[in-house]
Amino acid sequence: MSSQVIFGQLVVGLINGSFYALLSLGFAIIVGLLGIINVAQGTFYMLGAFGSWMLLNYLGIGYWPALVLSPLGAALLGMLLEKTLISRVYHLDHIYGLLLTYGLMMFIMGAFIYFYATAGRPYPVPEELRGGYDLGFMFLPKYRAWVVLMAVVFCFGTWYAIEKTAIGRTLRAATENPQLTRAFGINVPALLTFGFGVGVALAGFAGVMAAPIYSVSPLMGGDLVIVIFAVVVVGGMGSILGSIVTAFSLGLLEGLAKVVYPQGSNMVIFVIMLVVLLVKPAGLFGHEK
Amino acid sequence: MADALSLAIADLHAFYGDSHVLHGVSLDIPAGECVTIIGRNGAGKTTTLRSIMGLIQKRTGSIKIAGQDVIAAPPEKVARLGVAYVPEERGIYATLDVTENLLLPRKVNDRGMSIDDIYALFPNLKERRRSQGTRLSGGEQQMLAIARVLRTGASLFLLDEPTEGLAPVIVQQIGKAIELMKSQGHTIVLVEQNFRFATKIADRHYVMERGRIIDMIPRAEVAAKATQIQQYLGI
Repeated sequence: MSSQVIFGQLVVGLINGSFYALLSLGFAIIVGLLGIINVAQGTFYMLGAFGSWMLLNYLGIGYWPALVLSPLGAALLGMLLEKTLISRVYHLDHIYGLLLTYGLMMFIMGAFIYFYATAGRPYPVPEELRGGYDLGFMFLPKYRAWVVLMAVVFCFGTWYAIEKTAIGRTLRAATENPQLTRAFGINVPALLTFGFGVGVALAGFAGVMAAPIYSVSPLMGGDLVIVIFAVVVVGGMGSILGSIVTAFSLGLLEGLAKVVYPQGSNMVIFVIMLVVLLVKPAGLFGHEK
Repeated sequence: MADALSLAIADLHAFYGDSHVLHGVSLDIPAGECVTIIGRNGAGKTTTLRSIMGLIQKRTGSIKIAGQDVIAAPPEKVARLGVAYVPEERGIYATLDVTENLLLPRKVNDRGMSIDDIYALFPNLKERRRSQGTRLSGGEQQMLAIARVLRTGASLFLLDEPTEGLAPVIVQQIGKAIELMKSQGHTIVLVEQNFRFATKIADRHYVMERGRIIDMIPRAEVAAKATQIQQYLGI
C-alpha cells in the first residue's frame, strides 16, 4: 500500500469531516437551543448548494457572492419556517419536531425533484481556487484545502461566539433555562428564531462549499443527516465542541477505513456510535442528566 | 434616588394546568414600600410572584406595575419595565460562570450598581468570579441571585425566600443587600418563611392561605398580633 493512497484517503476523510462538522455544528445548536431534532438539516445543505447553482445559472452571480447570499437565503427560509411552523411544536414531545422537520424535508426535496429531476448538475470550482499544491508525498487540490480551512475557521468562530461573547452567553442561558431567561428581560422566542437561522445558515454554507466538489442535486444531503445524527450522538447531544471534534475524527476514521477495510468504510461511523452509546450513553463530551 | 414602581394586584387567579392555585389575590403596594408575603407552604406565595413576572401563562385579573396592566405581558416585557426576580430555586446557570451570570440580565437603565460595587458588597463572589455557577455553595448562589438583579437598574424587586436554608452569617449579608435596596427607595416584595428576618425589614406583612390573602399586618401591630401570626404560619 502506497503512502499516496493513505494520504489521499485521509484528505478525503478530512473533507468529509469538514462537512460533517459544519452540518453537525448547526444541528447541535438547534437541538440544544430549540430541542428540535432537525432532520431537514441536510435539506438546507442542499438548498445552499442549489441556491449557488441558481444564482450562477439564472443571475450570473458567481461563487464568492453566493458564499454569502445562499446561506442567507437558507437562513431566511429557515427563520420563516421556525416562526410559522416549528415554534408550534416546542411544547410537545421531541418526536413531533422530528416528524415536522422530516415532513419539511420531504416536501422541499420533492418540490426540487419535480422541477429539477435527480440528475447531478456540475458547479465550477472558482478560478482563484483551481489547481493545487504538490506536497511531495501527494497532490493537494487548492479547493479541498480551502474547504478544510473554512470549516476550521467557522467551527472555531462558532465555538468562540458561543463561549466567549455576550450573545453566546445569552444563547447558553436560554438553552439551559428559557423561562427564567425571559424573566431577565431577554426575548427568548426571538432568540430561538435567530438560533435556528444560524444553525440553518451553517448548513447552507456547507452546501455552497460542497457544490464544486459533489454535483448539485435534490438528493444531496439526504443520507448525510444520518451521519450527522451519529456525529452529534457520539459527541454528546448539544455539545458544540463535542460535535466539532467528533465530526473531524469520524471523517478521518472513515477515510482510514477506506484504505484498511474498504467494505466496512460506510459502517465505521455507526459501529463507533454503537460502542460509544454502550460505554458512555451521554456521548464523549456530553453530561449525564 | 430611583423612581420606584408601585404594584397593584386585583382579583388575581392563576392556574397550573387544571388546578386553580390563586383565588382572587389583591395587593396594593405603593412605590418604595417593602412588604412580605407570609404563609404556610403551598399557600400560593411563589405562584403570586411568578404570576407577576408573567411566568404563569394561565392567569386572570389585573396586575398593574406603575399603573400599567401586565396581565397579558410576556416575562421579558415585565422585566423591561424594571421588575427584578430572584426565584426560590435561585436559578443560577450551570453553563455560565459567576461573571457571566451577573452580566446576563438585560439592563433597564443606567441607575443600577456597577460590577465593582456589587463585588464590594459580596466579596465572596469576586473571589469566585471565574467559577461555574453551580460550583458555588448554597449561600454563594443566593448572593449571586441577588447580586445579579442589582446591576440592571430595576426598581421593583420580587424576592422568593432569599434566606432559605442559609447559615446566619450569610442571612446577615443578604439582609444587608435588601436594606441597601430599601435605602435606595426601591419597592420590595419579599416571600419569607423566616418571620424574624421579615419583621426586621418589612413595612407590612400580607398573610396568604389557600391561594387568598387573609390578613394584612402593619409593622406597628406585629408585636400585638404575635400569637395570631404564629397560628398563621403553623409554628
